[in-house]
Amino acid sequence: MLDLINVSYDTQIPNNVGLSEDKTVLKALEKWHPGYINWWNDLIPDKFQQSLVYLRTAVSVDPKGWAKFDYVKMPEYRWGILLAPQVEGRTIPCGEHMGKPAWQEVPGEYRNMMKRLIVIQGDTEPASVEQQRFLGKTAPSLYDMRNLFQVNVEEGRHLWAMVYLLQKYFGKDGREEANDLLLRSSGSEEAPRMLGAFNEETPDWLSFFMFTYFTDRDGKMQLESLAQSGFDPLSRTCRFMLTEEAHHMFVGETGVGRTIERTCQVMNENGITDPYDVDKIRALGVIDLPTIQKKMNLHYTLSLDLFGQEVSTNAANAFNSGIKGRFLEHRIDDDHQLKGDTYKVWDMVDGKLVQHEVPALTAINMRLRDDYSRDAAGGVGRWNKLIAKMGVQFEMKLPHESFNRKIGVFAGHNFDPEGNLVSGAEYDAGMADWLPNHADGDFIQSLMVSVTEPGQYAGWISPPKVGIDNKPGDFEYVKLHMA
Amino acid sequence: MTRQIDFQTDPSQYRHWRVEYDGPVANLYMDVDENGGLFEGYQLKLNSYDLGVDIELADVVQRMRFEHPQVKVVIMRSGKPGVFCAGANIRMLGKAAHGHKVNFCKFTNETRNTFEAAEADSGQKYIAAVRGACAGGGYELALACNHIMLTNDSTSSVALPEVPLLAVLPGTGGLTRVTDKRKVRRDRADIFCSIEEGVKGQRAVDWRLVDEIVPNSKFDDVVLQRAGEFAAASHKADVAEGIKLTPLNRTIGEDGSLTYSTLEAQVDRKGGKVTITLHGPDSDAPADMDAFFAMGDQAYMLRLARELDDAILHLRLNEMELGLWVIRSQGDPEKFAAHEALLMSNADHWLANEVLKYWKRILKRLDVTSRSLVALVEHGSCFTGILAEILFAVDRSYMMEGEFEGDNRRIATVTLSDANFGPMPMGNDLTRLQTRFLGEPESVGLAQARMGEALDAGEADDLGLVTTILDDIDWEDEIRIFLEERASFSPDAMTGMEANLRFAGPETMETRIFGRLTAWQNWIFIRPNAVGEDGALQRYGTGVRGDFNKERV
Repeated sequence: MLDLINVSYDTQIPNNVGLSEDKTVLKALEKWHPGYINWWNDLIPDKFQQSLVYLRTAVSVDPKGWAKFDYVKMPEYRWGILLAPQVEGRTIPCGEHMGKPAWQEVPGEYRNMMKRLIVIQGDTEPASVEQQRFLGKTAPSLYDMRNLFQVNVEEGRHLWAMVYLLQKYFGKDGREEANDLLLRSSGSEEAPRMLGAFNEETPDWLSFFMFTYFTDRDGKMQLESLAQSGFDPLSRTCRFMLTEEAHHMFVGETGVGRTIERTCQVMNENGITDPYDVDKIRALGVIDLPTIQKKMNLHYTLSLDLFGQEVSTNAANAFNSGIKGRFLEHRIDDDHQLKGDTYKVWDMVDGKLVQHEVPALTAINMRLRDDYSRDAAGGVGRWNKLIAKMGVQFEMKLPHESFNRKIGVFAGHNFDPEGNLVSGAEYDAGMADWLPNHADGDFIQSLMVSVTEPGQYAGWISPPKVGIDNKPGDFEYVKLHMA
Repeated sequence: MTRQIDFQTDPSQYRHWRVEYDGPVANLYMDVDENGGLFEGYQLKLNSYDLGVDIELADVVQRMRFEHPQVKVVIMRSGKPGVFCAGANIRMLGKAAHGHKVNFCKFTNETRNTFEAAEADSGQKYIAAVRGACAGGGYELALACNHIMLTNDSTSSVALPEVPLLAVLPGTGGLTRVTDKRKVRRDRADIFCSIEEGVKGQRAVDWRLVDEIVPNSKFDDVVLQRAGEFAAASHKADVAEGIKLTPLNRTIGEDGSLTYSTLEAQVDRKGGKVTITLHGPDSDAPADMDAFFAMGDQAYMLRLARELDDAILHLRLNEMELGLWVIRSQGDPEKFAAHEALLMSNADHWLANEVLKYWKRILKRLDVTSRSLVALVEHGSCFTGILAEILFAVDRSYMMEGEFEGDNRRIATVTLSDANFGPMPMGNDLTRLQTRFLGEPESVGLAQARMGEALDAGEADDLGLVTTILDDIDWEDEIRIFLEERASFSPDAMTGMEANLRFAGPETMETRIFGRLTAWQNWIFIRPNAVGEDGALQRYGTGVRGDFNKERV
């Protein structure tokens, strides 16, 4: 365990922000750190805390060798504070201050807006760790368990990154917000996390893969747009976080892919050609493709809700003030100020779905969501290639963006996954085919058994093509602590 | 925005509020229908409100007192998750004409004062149970409650973000209640009113912004428990049942004239004036309060009150160019005195109390009405007691002196009653007579000594109760010239002059809200920094900030 009293922050915390000379932040972190360690210890079951996990630790920002792999006990993980290198002469990339030198300090007029964005981003990071806290017990392999913990510690590091910004740049208020990030907790009645999707439990591994593929991808999009921030420390922080986030999406995409692969393989081995022969497929201990589609419908639509209202004042303000850019802002060929530009958004007029043009500035959320949908479609295409390669007649499909929405113009209306407005009766009847129900959940849960032999995998999922850090198939990714 | 606004509503028509009654506790849920805005062009998202939402709230509060006198505690809460109330709808404010904004704020202020005073007046205590964002007008709603409870979920906060967000003020009582009612230290208030995100948790208590914070998981239980404690501690007498407030009997003529059962308002568009004639009682006073109760809202004193209240609201909002209100009365002053006396001598009866408190509110509404008000005390009039109070609310009063040729109505008199010496105070907490005679307090005593006497013009003039008395020869010309002159003045100058002259004497929270805060807000409402094309209010929602003229004025 860390020596909490005599922790040497400069050696314990890999950083490139001159932590040892920064008395203010050092003092703040000293106060915050014990609470963080408590949070972590309360969260992850003790058995896993004591286990040695083969983890990647970010130690520098050198693109050639930013991380090291080694066995580490999670509470001793070195949560670093690393910002991507400062770009000489960087300017504010968008909005009314475009072209002016990027801010190195928080501009007073935007202090509140910026703080709120950082707090919301920071609130999601520990939330997912909380949501996934029980999954270690049912990991289908040591490889997957390691991936789970890798995602967890890195979300923890992302919390650190946001907390550093709050403590470094937002004074007393920032320190209070940093403390509140540890106070709120996913699903808590007392102080829930700020966004609804982060208060849902992640009940099984397929949910975890879907979450990392779809919901972490929302995180990626948010980080991408914050990486465009005119506030340089925020931009640099997010740029570096994105290098880690890629792994989370990898875990999601390959996790779902391996689940699909295993199902197809077992179907083929048993001569099942109809993917809708659900009972027969389930009897063989694998998850049928229609159920995987239903899980996808759920997680994709929950994630769309995270983008907020289609037309948003806050998003417009954030863009115009240069605090938050668009996805790949620097590659977009326009004035970067959206003067007079319009963007197409959905709207409900007299109960009908229509698209109309609104000032592009107000449609920043919608645009980011559209970018997200395109980004999310990539992996779905690869899953379909896999299914086709295995010779199974089935195609995964992202549902229409109107389906199952709780936020925005579609909320409160009954749309089917194709985007048709249907009657209440049709909707109820369709639900069994569209979204996972409790019986589906029970079935998936019944497959969730812990497999802890190195190189072995639960029957519902295929092994990965290659190991982490190019390790061989029987590598012991987690040396479990046996109490 | 030329459509006529109707201030009458009833629970069957509510779109934004619902009430669940549970013995002495009423749960009042704000659940604004996004698509239920009074006008086109905006959606009432996040429990934001417009005048339509406030008209319903005013109706809820009024019915709470007359129809549900069993209620001792009202819990105001949100019917939407994650948000208490986001305040006045910004897009509505951005689109609204200046006059509408001003009228909207005035009515909102009056409604807040009404439920704020419900505890002192009627023993109905309002609790604000705040969960989720409570910003701007939302916090102003809570501020007007008697007790504010905030959930401690580390997210919910109370906030007045108008200044940083919109470049306007928390102008419907917000700034004033923070300092005068909650007694927040001014430097803390300064911080509170310049940050968007507001204050949450323990600090909200430490800074006196809320009365208590409650653990989120126990919030509903503690709110109910607190409501139960307040109800048990209440001194309000138990009342078995209330009376029904039925729809008013009102017709609007083609020219805009109004006819009710007890009054009419005759419109003279060319002259820019409306003549409001109040009719005295058409029957004898009920024998006792049981008889009054049996008559319910048809009892004369309540019927007249409701009709006058509606007429004031209607004319104020729908007839902006009728800048001059001439108020007359016709009827038997003794009969009126008898009706009033029944209430005054049974002031501890719940219904008598409610009717009298209602009259107090109506007279205050008249005080803050931005129209030139003039009363004509003619022969056959019945300016007695509460109605005589109108003479002290208006800017000028003229009284007929002596016999008029061909006029066989009863000679004009004014009769004072107990109602003129305490139960109908103005916003400054003085009676209208005390305010009138601020420099000669002995005149109040002299008038009081003549209580109950039917005072003729000479006597009323001697006592200083009317502005001018005019005989048969002068009456017609003098009145005509005065009315023509008045109608020719700048409406802005008139509004400003009258509002200043009406409220002599001490400041109270109420006069500070209606005077100081409202005046500043209305000034900001015409300044380019807020409402100009590049102002913050107009630009709100576009993502582009307001462009401010940095000159301090």
